[in-house]
Amino acid sequence: MSVEANMAATAAKAPAVNTGKVKMSGNGVNVFYGEKQALFDVDLNIYENQVISLIGPSGCGKSTFLRCLNRMNDTIDVCKVTGNIMLDEQDIYDKNIDVVELRARVGMVFQKPNPFPKSIYENVAYGPRIHGMTRTKDELDELVTSSLRRAGLWEEVKDRLDQPGTGLSGGQQQRLCIARAIATQPEVLLMDEPCSALDPIATAIIEELIDELRANFTIVIVTHSMQQAARVSQKTAFFHLGKLIEEGPTDQIFTNPINKKTQDYITGRIG
Amino acid sequence: MQGWFFVLILVLTACALFYIGRSRAVTTVGGDATILHSKPGFHGAFVMICGLVPAVLVFLTWLLFSRYLINAYVTAQLGADFANLATIEQQALLRNMRSFADRADLSSLAALEVAAVEHYRGFVATAALLVQVIVAALVVVGSWFAVRAIKQELRARQFVEKTVMAVLIAASGVAILTTIGIVLSLIFESINFFQKVNFLDFLFGTHWSPQSAFEGVGAEATDRNSEVFGAIPVFAGTLLITAIAIIVAAPIGLMSAIYLSDYASPKVRATAKPILEILAGIPTVVYGFFAALTVAPFFRNTGDAIGISVSSESALAAGLVMGIMIIPFVSSLSDDVINSVPQSLRDGSAGLGATKSETIRRVILPAALPGIVSALMLAISRAIGETMIVVMAAGLSANMTVNPLEAVTTVTVQIVTLLVGDQEFDSAKTLAAFALGLVLFCVTLLLNVIALRVIQKYREQYD
Repeated sequence: MSVEANMAATAAKAPAVNTGKVKMSGNGVNVFYGEKQALFDVDLNIYENQVISLIGPSGCGKSTFLRCLNRMNDTIDVCKVTGNIMLDEQDIYDKNIDVVELRARVGMVFQKPNPFPKSIYENVAYGPRIHGMTRTKDELDELVTSSLRRAGLWEEVKDRLDQPGTGLSGGQQQRLCIARAIATQPEVLLMDEPCSALDPIATAIIEELIDELRANFTIVIVTHSMQQAARVSQKTAFFHLGKLIEEGPTDQIFTNPINKKTQDYITGRIG
Repeated sequence: MQGWFFVLILVLTACALFYIGRSRAVTTVGGDATILHSKPGFHGAFVMICGLVPAVLVFLTWLLFSRYLINAYVTAQLGADFANLATIEQQALLRNMRSFADRADLSSLAALEVAAVEHYRGFVATAALLVQVIVAALVVVGSWFAVRAIKQELRARQFVEKTVMAVLIAASGVAILTTIGIVLSLIFESINFFQKVNFLDFLFGTHWSPQSAFEGVGAEATDRNSEVFGAIPVFAGTLLITAIAIIVAAPIGLMSAIYLSDYASPKVRATAKPILEILAGIPTVVYGFFAALTVAPFFRNTGDAIGISVSSESALAAGLVMGIMIIPFVSSLSDDVINSVPQSLRDGSAGLGATKSETIRRVILPAALPGIVSALMLAISRAIGETMIVVMAAGLSANMTVNPLEAVTTVTVQIVTLLVGDQEFDSAKTLAAFALGLVLFCVTLLLNVIALRVIQKYREQYD
């Protein structure tokens, strides 16, 4: 399937909040760092073409859960995950799963912009190159261009694709990282506090971008800013001390939370 | 003994001056040190510096130049008798004079020498007394003015800070001046050499056998000399051995660095890295006999077995062992550089589905390249300067060859053989060592400049 066709196929209008297809789901997920348990029995569904925010105070396990979704925790020796996490009916912690392929399907954007010390073009072409996704140079050019366009960075960098990606501003670097992530044509995008190192204007641009990207990707975003969660996500999940306290449509979580802890957190009484 | 006594006096004086300055500062303000501009300690240091620095400078000057003063004085006193001697006899006489100055029994000396010793004793006694008086006076006067200057608002702290800066400047000045001095002496001796041997013949000549210079002294001796001082074979040998060493050390060092930084568990790393660094601590002589007694015979026997003639002293053996010697430089430095590449880049690459080796090849190594290049450059200059291994394993014959199985020689080895032994110091043969040294210095300098350029270029691109 070509890039354009893929886009067209998934560009359908986003479904309503609690309907739609479950893209990923965690069932009874426990995470241990050595002796210490970081996540307790988390069940969470992530719906296709929706943005879900994971909120909660520092150390509550939201980033840990996010990193389980593409097995980034594998790089930490002492980390152990139990329970199962499904991606399209497939357990991603199954022995037969190829982690490399999984991470191509579930891309990740990090808290601090981390462009590679390469040109802007090479940064975006990195994923497609290692996965051998294109046949010709023209195809690769097209993929890089379309990724930069979708990340809203094309107009700013089209004349200097050969300049180092590290020379861009913080907000541009983060959009470059998003372009780099979507160039591998993932199905799910994980974002770990993508705006915490950015100023308000760059943040606003990225938030707008997240809303646009929802048409093509399923997005999981960890954020410390409740306003941001309210602005960009359709669903919100509140974590506290390693437990998933409450999840539901964003409107409901912020206006009418069921759990008292959630209420306390969003009104600023804990956290 | 006198030296120790002098040091003792110096320390005692310093302490005394410090104490005087400190207590003077405190009494000036009636015991309330808080209203002083500078703390009492600074006042103490101020007095100490004013009292000691000029005195010590005068004393050092005396130590440096007294020798010339004495020679001039004795020469003048001896007059015509001395002036009539040949230069070499004059020097011998002055040497004798010094060695007999402390002895009571002068019966073995000639009359002129006895006279010289007596003049010497007289002068030294007077001059030493004079210098002692001057130094003592300087200490007293300098500290007296300093003590007088102490008052509440005296900026003793700034004065001390400036002195500290002066000391630091002097220290770096010593290093720089030494470098300049060495380079200048190289240049001057080389100029002497190039008056005997044509510069271009030296630089581009292909025949090197300085031991056969001056065989037939005669009209055409200078012409013939030029022909045996062709430096190309020597530099070719250096290049060949260094190239072999780098071919061995660069991949092994780099790969072990990658293993240590990205694959090894912390426990393995904690053990393996120090062990690798022990390699750097082995004296090169030990590497030398390892090369000469183990590696070289091994190559010769293997060569015999498969029908290739390998010289028992070969560039390959020397280069290989030299390569092993510089592995720790490459691996240890590269390991540090690779480790300093931020974890976020590794995560970013892994998050896109790259494997560990893809991440290292495409992200980590390019980012660490400037550091790796400088590690390699350090290793190369180490290899170029290495002498012992080559003497023992590669031989002394200056063959012009690119065949690593033959014996070759290197610049440093030739410098050693030219200067070792009983030689006149102004023959073309010994002066050739300085010319070789100069060219070697230029080559290493050039390498360093290139390395710096490479590093800068990639810095711009990768930061």
